[in-house]
Amino acid sequence: MAQILIENVRKDFGSFTAVQSSSFTVEDGEFFMLLGPSGCGKTTTLRMIAGLELPTSGHIRIGGEDVSQKPASQRDIAFVFQMFALYPHMNVRQNIRYPLISQGMKRAAANAKVEEVAQILGITEILNRPVGGLSGGDRQRIALGRAIVRDPKCFLMDEPLGALDAEFREHMSQELRALHDRMGATTIYVTHDQLEAMQMGDKIVVMNHGVVEQFGVPQQIYDWPATMFVADFIGSPPMNFLRFHASLSHADTHVMLGDHRTEIPMARQGGKGDLVFGIRPEHIRLRTEGGYRARVTATEYLGTTQIVTVDTAHGTLKIRAASADPIQTGSTVGLDFDPRAVTLFDGKTTRALLSAGNEGVLAHG
Amino acid sequence: MSYSVTDPSPRQKWTAGTLVVAYALITLLPLLWIIATGFKSPSDAIAYPPKVIFEPTLEGYVNLFTTRTRMSPDALSALGEPATWYDRIVRQYDMVISGPSRYGERFLNSVIIGFGSTFLSVFLGTLAAYAFSRFKVPLKDDLMFFILSTRMMPPIAVAIPIFLMFRQLGLSDTHLGMILLYTGVNLSLSVWLLKGFIDEIPVEYEEAALIDGYTRFQAFTKVVLPQAATGIASTAIFCLIFSWNEYAFAVLLTSGTAQTAPPFIPTIIGVGKDWPAVAAGATLFLVPVMVFTILLRKHLLRGITFGAVRK
Repeated sequence: MAQILIENVRKDFGSFTAVQSSSFTVEDGEFFMLLGPSGCGKTTTLRMIAGLELPTSGHIRIGGEDVSQKPASQRDIAFVFQMFALYPHMNVRQNIRYPLISQGMKRAAANAKVEEVAQILGITEILNRPVGGLSGGDRQRIALGRAIVRDPKCFLMDEPLGALDAEFREHMSQELRALHDRMGATTIYVTHDQLEAMQMGDKIVVMNHGVVEQFGVPQQIYDWPATMFVADFIGSPPMNFLRFHASLSHADTHVMLGDHRTEIPMARQGGKGDLVFGIRPEHIRLRTEGGYRARVTATEYLGTTQIVTVDTAHGTLKIRAASADPIQTGSTVGLDFDPRAVTLFDGKTTRALLSAGNEGVLAHG
Repeated sequence: MSYSVTDPSPRQKWTAGTLVVAYALITLLPLLWIIATGFKSPSDAIAYPPKVIFEPTLEGYVNLFTTRTRMSPDALSALGEPATWYDRIVRQYDMVISGPSRYGERFLNSVIIGFGSTFLSVFLGTLAAYAFSRFKVPLKDDLMFFILSTRMMPPIAVAIPIFLMFRQLGLSDTHLGMILLYTGVNLSLSVWLLKGFIDEIPVEYEEAALIDGYTRFQAFTKVVLPQAATGIASTAIFCLIFSWNEYAFAVLLTSGTAQTAPPFIPTIIGVGKDWPAVAAGATLFLVPVMVFTILLRKHLLRGITFGAVRK
């Protein structure tokens, strides 16, 4: 198992830049998520780590060794494909054994190893079956089996649960995480599903348009998004944005939304002009009198909570409230923002402004 | 997979059955005619109206494989009784077998040239198709179009330049020359067909093999080739059918050593209008392609519908 260092890696396809100078570190044994919408460069990044694409510039180090320009076969990594990519002309056993044969392992030793892996994954019963007629879950297990059978330096997974139905995904994601905890193998996992990333990952890299937007543990990314993209991409419903015009000075502890004064974590960075006030739906309290005035336009009942949509002078907000709260559509309410959970963004660069809240999390500035 | 919502009515079934039988008769009748003629005596073969019921004889086949000499009755009686069944057949016409005919050699030439060029077309075609399918090849579309364009005129249109080139290069009437020529003609078909098949194989299989520690070439031989077997088999059949049946170039470019069976068979007629021998030669000539096709028929069926059905 190994640490993986990505240093200023860039990938161009002709005139199109798929990944722009990205850097991050995957620690030994980490379950690491590459998260982003489709076309953001996360799969290209993964393929560069695998050696299926070579970076245009930059370095990739696996376990200290610079493998940037090495072919996939010399990197000693395992890759789980979204469509599984099980060899259709081989049965389950042959599929799992295939990587061992390439290493020149003796057939008897390889078979023993296959049995051991099949035991771990609970697929002993189907070892002699052709892969054609198997269910998605079993194919997924076989693909995993083929990855873990040779104890590679790390596992790379490209949306491995993407081809499964929703019900089964949940189950497999737990199985996958349990497997990782048991083996302690460095794993890089690509997904566009923010929930999956939050659930399973030790750390997350959020990418967009070939750029690393943020890198950190799930809670940091959720609580202190570095950019408006991250704030919007993560969370359901996403972070609310109120656009306003103001001038913020270092050490300010409040801003004015119109004539409403609201507390914020102490500013560590000034800002001027177009600013964006970001707050997550669960960090807004509703009250009848006072507060920041808003009109309720819709409510969505979700069981224990409800999502209340309100119109304000600075834009539309979604609020997560207890479902017991009686809220009438069309009524006017007051809002209180939790001062510890506010992130201010520069409206032009879309980057978060440093404050007492996020300064330990965000490295820029 | 069924496309009709209701089962066909008995009348529809009956109509369909009749059409199939009629089509089979139309296509198979000439074939049956040739096979039957091969077993007729020369007089039965030219009888009018044609004889459907006749006494089968192997005369045609004996004549196909032998050369014979007419002898005087005295000389014949001096020879004594004919030793074998084929000697006996020949003796009816006051003749004796003087040696083997060249049919065997011509047939062998056809086998060498037909299978040789098929192998070469499929081998080169697979490599080219793989490269076109998987790698960034500069001017890929133009090259593919160029390859296709070599089939846009009948090959015989370039017969004269090829004839001159072959004479200059010493390839006239050689096995190598004919193999190269047929490969050249078949290659465009084989590249295009095989590219279609290889395009359909997901690239992930090879990537998985690369990551499993195999080289690009091993991934190609161990993962791509087994999956392209269907396409390779059906392409091979198409190539073989062309090079096996090719007549015009064979007439033009071969005469002695490398002559294939198609230009040879008509020469059997020679003197005496020996139609049964010609028919026998044609019948035997059908066998290899038939056997080859039957052996690969499962692949062929899947092959000719390729692209039409998603697996």
